[in-house]
Amino acid sequence: MAQERIVGIDLGTTNSLVAYMEGDKPIVIPGEDGSNLVPSVVALDPQGQIVVGNPARRHLIETPDRAVYSVKRLMGRGLEDVHQELKLFPFRLAEDLQPGEVLRIKLGDKDFTPPEISAFVLRQLRRNAERYFGAPVKKAVITVPAYFNDAQRQATKDAGRIAGLEVLRLVNEPTAASLAYGLDQKKNGTVAVYDLGGGTFDISILKLHDGIFEVIATNGDTHLGGDDIDNLLIAIALDDIEGDLKVDVRHNAEVVQQLRKALIEAKIALSSRDSVDLELELPGGKHYQRTISRALFEQMAEPIIQRTVSPVKQALKDAQLQPEQIDEVVLVGGSTRIPRVRQLVGELFKREPHTELNPDEVVALGAAVQANILGGGSEATKDMLLLDVTPLSLGIEALGGVVAKIIHRNSTVPASATEHFTTGVEGQTSVAIHVLQGERELAKDNRSLARFDLKGIPPMPAGIPRIEVRFLIDANGILHVSAREQRSGKEAEISVQPSYGLTDEQVENMLLESFDYAEEDFRQRQVIEARNEANTILSALEKGRTGPAWEQLTSDEREKVAKQETALKEVMQRDDYQSIRAAIDALNQGTTRLAELMMDSAVSSALKGKTFEQADVGEGPAAPHPFAPAEFKS
Amino acid sequence: MSATHNHSQTVQIGAPTGEQCWSCGDMRAAAFCTACGRVQPPAPTDFFSFFGLPRKLNVDAGSLERAFYQMSRKLHPDVYANASSKEQEWSLQQSSLLNDAYRTLKDPIARTEYLLKLEGVEFEGQSKAATDRARETGTQKKQVVPPELLEEVFELNMQLEEARMNKKMGEVDEALSGELEETKKNLQAKYDGLMEELESYWNEWDAIEDRAAAGDSDAVPDQERSSVRDKMVDLLNRRSYIRNLVRDVNEVLES
Repeated sequence: MAQERIVGIDLGTTNSLVAYMEGDKPIVIPGEDGSNLVPSVVALDPQGQIVVGNPARRHLIETPDRAVYSVKRLMGRGLEDVHQELKLFPFRLAEDLQPGEVLRIKLGDKDFTPPEISAFVLRQLRRNAERYFGAPVKKAVITVPAYFNDAQRQATKDAGRIAGLEVLRLVNEPTAASLAYGLDQKKNGTVAVYDLGGGTFDISILKLHDGIFEVIATNGDTHLGGDDIDNLLIAIALDDIEGDLKVDVRHNAEVVQQLRKALIEAKIALSSRDSVDLELELPGGKHYQRTISRALFEQMAEPIIQRTVSPVKQALKDAQLQPEQIDEVVLVGGSTRIPRVRQLVGELFKREPHTELNPDEVVALGAAVQANILGGGSEATKDMLLLDVTPLSLGIEALGGVVAKIIHRNSTVPASATEHFTTGVEGQTSVAIHVLQGERELAKDNRSLARFDLKGIPPMPAGIPRIEVRFLIDANGILHVSAREQRSGKEAEISVQPSYGLTDEQVENMLLESFDYAEEDFRQRQVIEARNEANTILSALEKGRTGPAWEQLTSDEREKVAKQETALKEVMQRDDYQSIRAAIDALNQGTTRLAELMMDSAVSSALKGKTFEQADVGEGPAAPHPFAPAEFKS
Repeated sequence: MSATHNHSQTVQIGAPTGEQCWSCGDMRAAAFCTACGRVQPPAPTDFFSFFGLPRKLNVDAGSLERAFYQMSRKLHPDVYANASSKEQEWSLQQSSLLNDAYRTLKDPIARTEYLLKLEGVEFEGQSKAATDRARETGTQKKQVVPPELLEEVFELNMQLEEARMNKKMGEVDEALSGELEETKKNLQAKYDGLMEELESYWNEWDAIEDRAAAGDSDAVPDQERSSVRDKMVDLLNRRSYIRNLVRDVNEVLES
């Protein structure tokens, strides 16, 4: 039996990758176009089909209102969190969105939640892997920024489920990167991973000890990355265009996207060149031309790059380490190609950072290593074990709106805490608990994770019930809560309302709906359903042959049915659902009389004094028409 | 330092409990089976017993870390990714217990506080319950000034008051700042010195435990136990008091 394949996926802000461990080496699985990177861009084409990756990028420029990028920034967030994002990114939110609801992004005339859009990217990666293996892929390890909170992690897990993947583990991106490096160089020591990607920044400090990767401290900013540099450059260029050419193109989405593309190319080129020429044709025949030197670029980008300094210092402080005590520094993320970023990291840690592995691929490679470990391990990974931490403190709101911390940041996960609650009013049967994540003193300044209602408390005088609530953060960094009333021993019922999460039911529905948007999946589903139906009719026919009704048919009729049967068996091997359907219809027609005869004999044998079971109608009439054929709306 | 190392207890995981493994039926250790290695259902335990340690305060950091790594290899959910959902649940519970226990025991202060809590001590000055009560009633949390600090605290409070006024007026008093820096340094030295004092109480406590373990429990009068316990509680209260003072000084000094 073929070993079940578990893939590692880096679901990035800008690009996504899928990797797999082949033998003792992780490799990135390329797409059909041969490229390792799938741009995290999703578009709804005019035919109503979802396109992902490079083909979707074209839509960004041609039909910007049908495409979306950087949706990772919206994962697990609510309307009130994203004001800043909406100013900088061309996200079009659904008009009927209510506060507190999961966001919905418009693509053309349809709208999708961020997990659904991410699921389209995951589905593409899954397809790439299935194409590569020639076998289905059902399980994955997906990476998330280390500094992602509970809601963002849950949203990522939901995206996996919507894409039809069982997410075995969420792994923090910098930690995954350290696994990929650690596989290469089996060393003990202290390692810092500086991960500046398209939209997120993480810094993690790990202790490596005989294959154990123990994260000591992590910090970061889930809204800091190459995107921010791009947006800043775009804003500067738009001002410049208005000042210089006296045209305001801010509201021309097409021009803004062209400008964005040109500036990103310039930014990338400036990592290896000293200057680049920028040229852009504007509506009305005007030309925008600029020469950007690396020095100028660095000057513009410096405020953004500097924002990584304080998380680095905080992580070192939390780890109780001086920069000199860090043995190795690893760079991850496309934005670490910027020479100024490398220089800054060198200054912060007083050493040259490692750049041996491709910063775009190292996270996916590490995810593949973790996937291999979870799959039971191999010779290369048998001693490897990852001990990660929760990046943010978990707290509950206490009197006066302050936060009582119950699990501190940088605690190794799984981690747990037990708290006791009581009632304030006689006969009170429920207690509301507000769970938060973050480092600030006041509840309102932290991220609200969920409000729980502890229900079913037996009525007692105020202050007498003693409700024990256990909070547990699992190895994915996701919170679980359970509660018990201790005086009565009763399990208190908890209804968890995630602040910006999807319910299980919503996720399941999205999984089903998602089939309809991907042409390939939809066709596959039609083929599968047609085959199922064919099998039903064929087995019914087989059963019919053994009965007396078969003998009542003329030899012509029997021959005709046999031909139709062979035709169906042949055609159902192919992936063409329409011919399968046609063959089913033909066989249906040809067996109408057989079905009638079988019904008659079933009824008459029942009348001959036999019991209903003995009459062999137990599983319903054994006729080739068990139920009406499924209807397809295409 | 070396003195305490001499009687630090080393951690030995895998001491048999007399219970049987659910999987292979052999005698097993508390959290995993020493014979077949499988995770065991969680049972009520305290952090010391979880690591197979007696309730003593000198703990060898190196061997605790090694035990933590060894037990992580046995209990971590990654190891049970393909196991039954029952084992996955146990592994989640056991490894969270392991992590909570390690986090508490490796930190000298958290370890001391935890042991004192096991001994029935409630930390009035610091406990969340006390903080909640203080907030509810609007009263200042009771913070007893350690007697030997009385004079210093009195003067420091006057200086802090003055410095805050200066700050409000936008004035800078270099001399005052210098004095505050000096006070801070003294406080910090006192704070650091507490660690040494604490270690001497650890030794006292551990000696009592050793005697109790060696002879019958009557060998150690309750009084002796409670005397060391009170000394540690007092020290921890002083420690948190000084820490708050340092924080106040830092707040004023930072502009």
